[in-house]
Amino acid sequence: MKNILLAFYLALKEVFRNKGRFLLVSLVIALITLLVLFIAALGEGLANGNRQYIANLDAQLIVFLEKSDFIIPSSRLETNTARTVRRVDGVADAGPIYTSNTEIVSLQEPLKVSMLGAEPGRPGMPEILEGREFRGGEARETVIDRGVAIRSGIKVGDEIEIRSTQGTDDQFFTLEVVGLVDGQSYAFQPTIFVPVTTWEKIRPQSEADLNSDTPYPNIIAVKLEDPGQIELVKARLLANVPNIEVADIDTTINNVPGYSAQQGTVQTQGFFTLLIGVLVIGGFFQIQILQKVPQIGVLKAIGSSNGVVGWAAVIQIVVVTAIGVAIGGGLTYVFSLFLPATIPFVFDGVRSIAAVILLLLIGPFGGLVSIIYAVRIEPLKALRLG
Amino acid sequence: MSNVALEVKDLVKSFSLDGATIHAVDNVSFQVKSGEFVALVGPSGSGKTTMLSILAALLAPTSGQVLIDGQDLAQMDEKRRVKLRREKIGFTFQSNNLIPFLTAQENVEFMLRLNGQANKAGRMRSAEILARLGLNDRLHNLPAQLSGGQQQRVAIARALIHNPAVVLADEPTASLDTERAFQVVETFARLVHENNRAGIMVTHDLRMCQYVDRVLQMQDGKLVRVYETKDEIMGLAMETVKH
Repeated sequence: MKNILLAFYLALKEVFRNKGRFLLVSLVIALITLLVLFIAALGEGLANGNRQYIANLDAQLIVFLEKSDFIIPSSRLETNTARTVRRVDGVADAGPIYTSNTEIVSLQEPLKVSMLGAEPGRPGMPEILEGREFRGGEARETVIDRGVAIRSGIKVGDEIEIRSTQGTDDQFFTLEVVGLVDGQSYAFQPTIFVPVTTWEKIRPQSEADLNSDTPYPNIIAVKLEDPGQIELVKARLLANVPNIEVADIDTTINNVPGYSAQQGTVQTQGFFTLLIGVLVIGGFFQIQILQKVPQIGVLKAIGSSNGVVGWAAVIQIVVVTAIGVAIGGGLTYVFSLFLPATIPFVFDGVRSIAAVILLLLIGPFGGLVSIIYAVRIEPLKALRLG
Repeated sequence: MSNVALEVKDLVKSFSLDGATIHAVDNVSFQVKSGEFVALVGPSGSGKTTMLSILAALLAPTSGQVLIDGQDLAQMDEKRRVKLRREKIGFTFQSNNLIPFLTAQENVEFMLRLNGQANKAGRMRSAEILARLGLNDRLHNLPAQLSGGQQQRVAIARALIHNPAVVLADEPTASLDTERAFQVVETFARLVHENNRAGIMVTHDLRMCQYVDRVLQMQDGKLVRVYETKDEIMGLAMETVKH
């Protein structure tokens, strides 16, 4: 305990009396923190943009067409598959989900959105935040994601016009906004939800598709009676429903086109930024220890133990790193306030917390060599270098 | 002068170099009593610094004994040697003596902190000893704001503040001009005598010997001559001045 107190005394006195030098290192760490948190927040934002709708589904399993490799756009199921799925033991409910893209053109700037067909009250249809669910059948009604509302100024009760290319012609459809849902981004786009029959009428489609009025769901979201029995129900589904493959939510997210590659890229950037941080901090403290060899020699010669010298080095590194991370965190937050809404920047979540913890650890890790070096300096250096 | 604070018996320190054995310290014996100030002199390579390193418990001897306040260094592990350095030994070095980010008073008090004696009385004692060394207006100055002589005086205060049995000085005047060098050694000698400590100073500068009670002259690792009388010592000191 006496060693730790002495180490604190030495470490803090040195930082305090050399504020300029240590602040400079803290600022370098702050810039690294800014970069790491920025990458983490962008990664989180991009991940959200890709997976949010799937991640927020009130379901534990997703049914795909067999051999679709769990890729949503590649999967197109029979219309009666949802009914068959609902009859399987252990399934509480199942909701078909129909995906496509469209564009809201009744705005000053057209807004690209994901248009999802879902059945009210079933898995796949998110909870209404404001307004009401749309009616079934061919009702020209829509429930929109709050992301659409924020970016366009659309309110419940407004009418929107969408454009879909059907065959070779652009078709325009008017929908009444009857409700709002929250955080339902899909395929990097905010979403609008429409009744299934309406979806089939207004979605972009090829000339061949125009001859059919039958909507085919891409996937079916399956809610289990007991979420702990995922594997059991999955096996039952595969045994009882023909021509399907089944995945849990995580597998589905990882197979969203581009998701894994994108996240891998972002994580690699984050990793290398952290690595640079380790090298910068390690380099600085190593140079500092080399400059302090005679001083450490004197400290040891007059009776300071290795514990005091070692702990002083650790405490100093932790303090300087913590100050740098705090400044960097604050800067990142300030920057985030000025970023346009189109940049997917999410400054919370596990990824940002993990980044902060990692940043706090890179200091002691980067300074490890210098700490070991400091402990190994012989007190004789005080005489020989003196 | 009464108790033997430091006793060296048949001390040998050998190094191997290119297959040959070099005796840096060769069968040296002497004693230093409390209140006695001794100079260790000799040309470069005579073994002075090696001897001082052994006396400071920084280097283990090849054979022989070093007893500080009756405790045999050879019987101690590293942890006990660190404790001995902290409690029983006071140090001044050639340069880089002080911790650069601590003020003069904090540097002196640091010895008390190391020994768990940092309290109000300790603070008063450190201010008092620095005042006696003429540094009462420099208590809160950092080493960089002090002259070389002032730094050495702070180092002397630090070496004595915790009442060690032995005070060791490694070329304390090496980086000082003549006038300051004389002042520093005179102050050192006075405090060693007043505080009844055993003081050993390694020096090249024989003029400084006029302030010591005894001079031990080393050559090729051996103790070749001891100057004990005032006349002998003054003769040695003056001889350098003449040259």
